[in-house]
Amino acid sequence: MRPAFSVIFLTTLIGAAQGLFLVLYATELAHAEVAASFYIIGSAVILLLSGLGLLASFFHLGHPERAWRAAAMWRTSWLSREVIALPAFMAGVFGYACAHWNGSAATAAIGGVTTVLAITLFVCTGMVYAAIKVLKEWASPLTIVNFMLIGCASGATLASAYAVFTAPELTAIYARAAMALTFAALVGRSAALLRNARLKPATTMQSAIGVRHPRIVQRSQGAMGGSFNTREFFHGKSEAFIRSIKPAFLVLAFFAPLLLLFIGISTPTLLLIAFLLQYIGLLAERWFFFAEANHPQNLYYQTIG
Amino acid sequence: MTQLALVIDLNVCVGCHSCVTNCKQWNTSGAAGPLVDENPYDKDPTGTFFNRVQTFEVGSYPQTETMHFPKSCLHCEDPPCVPVCPTGASYKRKEDGIVLVDYDKCIGCKYCSWACPYGVREFDEERKVMTKCTLCVDRIYNEKLPEAERKPSCVIACPTGARIFGDVHDPESTASKAISERGGYPLMPECGTRPANHYLPRHKTSMPIRSEQLYRSDNPLKVDSIEPIPMPPAHEDFTT
Ligand code: SF4
Ligand code: SF4
Repeated sequence: MRPAFSVIFLTTLIGAAQGLFLVLYATELAHAEVAASFYIIGSAVILLLSGLGLLASFFHLGHPERAWRAAAMWRTSWLSREVIALPAFMAGVFGYACAHWNGSAATAAIGGVTTVLAITLFVCTGMVYAAIKVLKEWASPLTIVNFMLIGCASGATLASAYAVFTAPELTAIYARAAMALTFAALVGRSAALLRNARLKPATTMQSAIGVRHPRIVQRSQGAMGGSFNTREFFHGKSEAFIRSIKPAFLVLAFFAPLLLLFIGISTPTLLLIAFLLQYIGLLAERWFFFAEANHPQNLYYQTIG
Repeated sequence: MTQLALVIDLNVCVGCHSCVTNCKQWNTSGAAGPLVDENPYDKDPTGTFFNRVQTFEVGSYPQTETMHFPKSCLHCEDPPCVPVCPTGASYKRKEDGIVLVDYDKCIGCKYCSWACPYGVREFDEERKVMTKCTLCVDRIYNEKLPEAERKPSCVIACPTGARIFGDVHDPESTASKAISERGGYPLMPECGTRPANHYLPRHKTSMPIRSEQLYRSDNPLKVDSIEPIPMPPAHEDFTT
């Protein structure tokens, strides 16, 4: 598939936002001694990230002015469910910030509801991809697990960097949590990489045109200058590029942040760098996630002519 | 229940692209607005088509066969493109099984095209909506057209009669009979989409000839098995 930057930004930004929220709420549940402003500014950061993600998603649409229609088919479509879950999560975070602002006792309850919304959003985002059966690379529970683990990892790394400025006493514990989550995300992502490396395509040239001969070559795809089908479903990069992006994202999104988080426990200034590196790594990770998915329609679009 | 569909005879398709051209002509002239063409007379021409004819080569040279393969939306009975659509713009009609896109509702998220395994939905870069074969829903019920022309454009255009249009749920229809008598098959059955369109396989064309067809067994001259004696050729001299 061709990686669309709008969707790459959407999924990485809201993942970090959801992760950060879960860390903030866990902090509250643990009765940490922090000022209300810690939660309020944190919520503002969450809203900023998810707002930017939402904005990015509009660039994916041919008719952004009709985006409201996308909430209609929540009974059948995971995309529709995601479209509802994202604003709902943002509303929850807003309510959470307001409750802290007012010093209300309802923060725990609102936070609980928002936690459910955050997890729902993770499931919806993952299912948008996992529900497409013909894309075998995505159609696996690992997709949802990884969206969740990666979101929580980047959110926790962000929390540790955020705490440097707002609640320095929490940086060490956040950094340790971020290390654990980043490690878990690394395990989950590696499992998906291993799984996908062994995938055997269910659909072949033979079943695509219904001829049971071992050697079938396309001579013409019926168009000389390409079509939507040649643009949307191919990443258009060389094999060498694909091979190099995999180690690159593994280092940037997982190994380097793990190291920086570890050093960051004693040298907190590194934590912000850890988050930025991890975020860049996750952009590459998401790019690869799309590029790796090989759509069966590509069988019909192999030869220009 | 009716399920309209096309049955495409790969044995007679010659790859002339008439169906492609007539499809484009009809669908670019309709009420839904033109199907975009970018750089039509330039380098890298590209545009929206509902139907394409592809060509495959089966076997190793010199034992190869060329196979022309028209491909458009198969109007699946279990269309994966429909439930994923967040707006309800993609839908399957109950009355005749045609899968359509409501261009006024489509937000152009392209999600449906990801769910379809066949690569037959094409995003229109000018109208910014998803488009696909409509089975000429604006022809087949069109009372302004003469009865004989109430068929999809591609079917009318095909010079070899490789495209059969009909209700594949009616066992008496020409389409159903072609499928059952000539081994019609669906594409990518493993995807579980149950395509309504079917393809008729290529086969070796042979003509069995019995000896009675060469020698008339009831030839009165051969009644007693005595070969007729050839008559000497008649001569006529026109030179004088
Ligand atoms: S061929 Fe593709 S677009 Fe057409 S109904 Fe089937 S899944 Fe949908
Ligand atoms: S591109 Fe249009 S028809 Fe396709 S899923 Fe999106 S809204 Fe539905």
